[in-house]
Amino acid sequence: MAETAHPHPTPRDYWLIALVLAVITAAEVAVAYIDVEAVVVPLLIVMAAAKLFLVVAWFMHLRFESKTYRRLFYIGLASAPVLFGAVLFTFGVLIGS
Amino acid sequence: MSTDLATPPPATPEAVGHHDVADQRKVAMWAFLGSEVLFFGALITTFLLYRNDVGDGPGAADVFDIPFTSVSSFILLMSSLTMVLAHHSSMRRDWRQMRIWLLATALLGSVFLAGQVFEFTEFVHKGLTVSTSPFGSSFFVLTGFHGAHVAVGVLMLLATYFISVSGRFKAEEGMNVEIVGLYWHFVDIVWIVIFTIVYLLQV
Repeated sequence: MAETAHPHPTPRDYWLIALVLAVITAAEVAVAYIDVEAVVVPLLIVMAAAKLFLVVAWFMHLRFESKTYRRLFYIGLASAPVLFGAVLFTFGVLIGS
Repeated sequence: MSTDLATPPPATPEAVGHHDVADQRKVAMWAFLGSEVLFFGALITTFLLYRNDVGDGPGAADVFDIPFTSVSSFILLMSSLTMVLAHHSSMRRDWRQMRIWLLATALLGSVFLAGQVFEFTEFVHKGLTVSTSPFGSSFFVLTGFHGAHVAVGVLMLLATYFISVSGRFKAEEGMNVEIVGLYWHFVDIVWIVIFTIVYLLQV
């Protein structure tokens, strides 16, 4: 199997990512108190997605890993919204609860 | 032959980097984490279905303490930093530093768990139990399962620490720290989603 080495982050990178995560968390809490639902919901979802991406890509090193690992995780990640949609459709439309 | 020539200096993790060679244990852990996404996805979906079904019991806005949970979230988020630093130290074969960061991660995880126990106790005092309403059931099942995952993670961290202290930790076992780290970071990202969907979007 061919080996391809990717550069690895340094502790300085990790501290920087942690700082960004802390800032986003503080912003999330501040945004949650805004009384406009049309703005709050998309903003909170985008910020949570950004945090998730940063942890997975940098702390779990997925952006430096081989396609094998990425595929395994992304299959689960892509299946979750499908599961979510199927359950909501079943209960919300078919059963009507 | 001189010792310097026979024993090359340990390479830094920055220089070594990641290799595209699949380790069976890592493949297994990534496959497990992929399945865990579906497990928590099902629990979160159930919570969303029943979040407004509070019956005679209190709702989210009546019991949630966002400032307190925000601090807990921050603590768990920072435990991901200490975990990745433990992994980095293990790649440098700096076992002493690795043990310090492992203990720091276990400590932060334990503080998060203590916060969750305190929070659950407060909710029960305010009238929200697992049997109060579908909202209470789905909330406690989701956050309880997450808490159980954190507890398992703390045990894995402490086990890795004690194996290292006892001297049974071989140089090539740095992979074990990486695998424990993958699990720990996953527990963190699940909480990122729970914190937003279950707490922030419900108040």
